[in-house]
Amino acid sequence: MEQAASKANQGTVSVIHTGNSTLLIKLSGPWHLTRDVPSAANLRREIESTPMLKTVSFDTSGLADWGSGLISFLVQTSAACRAHSIDQDRGGMPEGMRRLLELAEAVPEKKGTRVAETRASFFQRVGNLTIGYGLSVGDFMAFLGDLTVAFGKFLRGKARYRRVDLVEVIQECGANAVGIVTLISFLVGVILAFMGAVQLSQFGASIYVADLVCIGMTRDMGAIMTAIIMSGRTGAAFAAKLGTMKVTQEIDALTTMGISPMEFLVLPRVIALVLMMPLLCLYADLLGIVGGLFVGVGMLGLSARNYMQETISTLTLTNLFGGLFKATFYGFLIALAGCLRGFQCGNSSSAVGDAATQAVVMSIVMGVVACGIFAVVFNVIGI
Amino acid sequence: MSTQSHIGDAAISTSSSANDKPHIIVRNLTMAYGSFVLMRDINFTVRHGDIFIIMGGSGCGKSTLLRHLIGLKEPTIGEIIYGDVNFTRADQQTRELMLRRFGVLYQGGALWSSMTLAQNVGLPLGEFTDLTSSQIREIAALKLALAGLSGFEDFYPSEISGGMQKRAGLARAMALDPEILFFDEPSAGLDPISSSLLDDLILELRDSLGATVVVVTHELASIFAIGNNCVFLDADSRVQIATGDPKDLLANSRDPRVRRFLTRGKEKGEGVIHHG
Repeated sequence: MEQAASKANQGTVSVIHTGNSTLLIKLSGPWHLTRDVPSAANLRREIESTPMLKTVSFDTSGLADWGSGLISFLVQTSAACRAHSIDQDRGGMPEGMRRLLELAEAVPEKKGTRVAETRASFFQRVGNLTIGYGLSVGDFMAFLGDLTVAFGKFLRGKARYRRVDLVEVIQECGANAVGIVTLISFLVGVILAFMGAVQLSQFGASIYVADLVCIGMTRDMGAIMTAIIMSGRTGAAFAAKLGTMKVTQEIDALTTMGISPMEFLVLPRVIALVLMMPLLCLYADLLGIVGGLFVGVGMLGLSARNYMQETISTLTLTNLFGGLFKATFYGFLIALAGCLRGFQCGNSSSAVGDAATQAVVMSIVMGVVACGIFAVVFNVIGI
Repeated sequence: MSTQSHIGDAAISTSSSANDKPHIIVRNLTMAYGSFVLMRDINFTVRHGDIFIIMGGSGCGKSTLLRHLIGLKEPTIGEIIYGDVNFTRADQQTRELMLRRFGVLYQGGALWSSMTLAQNVGLPLGEFTDLTSSQIREIAALKLALAGLSGFEDFYPSEISGGMQKRAGLARAMALDPEILFFDEPSAGLDPISSSLLDDLILELRDSLGATVVVVTHELASIFAIGNNCVFLDADSRVQIATGDPKDLLANSRDPRVRRFLTRGKEKGEGVIHHG
């Protein structure tokens, strides 16, 4: 029933051949954007397949109510007519329809604006990507160079930045991150202890869970987990903040004032994160060991005293400082990725989101790759 | 239209204070993004005390030309000369010194959002002068008062309206008593009264500071109210098609594209293809 009603309420088009060289297009019913309107393709085929066609005229007497769906239909019809040099007699159209149609055709299509959708071949895409990566390595190196120059100025006390900004960033990426680092590193300690406990308790060697957690946390897990937290938290924040400043031209405003954005914006962020990462990592090491202690005492029935004694006897300064060194380096990478992506941000709000995403991906990838390299190097030099 | 009433006064004051010493010379400038040439062979001279308008339809490269003038983009071909220093060929240090003599008002104000208005205006003072912090605060308050923002020193940019942000941006641009002030679409997003007040302020600044002013705009009321020299960029042919006093251009230009622009399209020049 409903379908029948909607059918009846739909615009229809019929074609009458009136003589050899003329075609009468009869439009009737209501034409609205909201309902399914007939496609112009059928009519175009009809026009193209009629030989010797000279004139097309329109009959709109049966038309009830119409909107831009009909105009779109007519514009396409008219384009087909023009392409085949067929005259149009628009006398049968109401005044408003004729004017809208003329308005739509008033400005001819600008040449070269329509981009042909060509799909690049596989090799072309691989090539473009490779060139893109090559260029981005160049950008990275240039950024690193600028940062080194800015750092040199900082050491000579000539860098232009605000102390307040440095303190604010330190608070933001140091003190404010303690909560999340507490939670994650405690849980990582618990997870490490569980993994060890399942195997070690079979041999009655559960006390070695303490060794496992202690070495695991101080040597690698503390540093890499803190790095991953800080990538998501601070690296993204750096990229979003600098990206927004780029979009609102705040960075341009600094440059044209003769203040280097590298010194004013990047330097405090890199310094803050490089200073805070080892502290957070040390804290994460401690919390991880506490997490292991909870499992050891609560599940494996070890005494807290024994667990701590075992931990202390395993803990070496080499592992501890190795971990802190790694954390510092990860901090440098995260700040670098965040600031670089922020500076490269495009000029729209979606570009800010992309910059933040890329910053997180880039810093996590660089962090994990660095972690792998460190593992091999430390092994080779016997640390 | 409220801006119409003071066009006459503006015309008198602009012609009396301009002298003929060149302040900015742009020579054979070609602007391009990669291989896409936006505008080529731009040549013009801005005299001391001019209010120079960069005009043209949307997307013709007005703002890009401004970015070239303030060193945010490098010319593909050609050079920009300030007084007798070649800005394009200058080394980094000379450029930084030159930049300090410029004041730039960006389209959206571009205030540093993490700082209060007083800190925004005070930052260049703190970096480039030996003033104490209380002196900086006083001068920042003065500059804000000149821009009509007395009492808003401790507001953050997000707490004030768009028009006020623009005026605060102007206060910051004036911070170091610049020799050249650049304005990117100063009246965009302002109501007619605010935009006419801003025009008055620009004239006032030029006369009292003796600064040269370069304005990117397509606001006809402003162009006739304040401009005494201009360059007209044409998006279709990608070259400049007119320079000179906008009022002269309106009276004497034969170019249909210029006439169409300056009469808001009322005079449809002959044989012009117009793209909506």
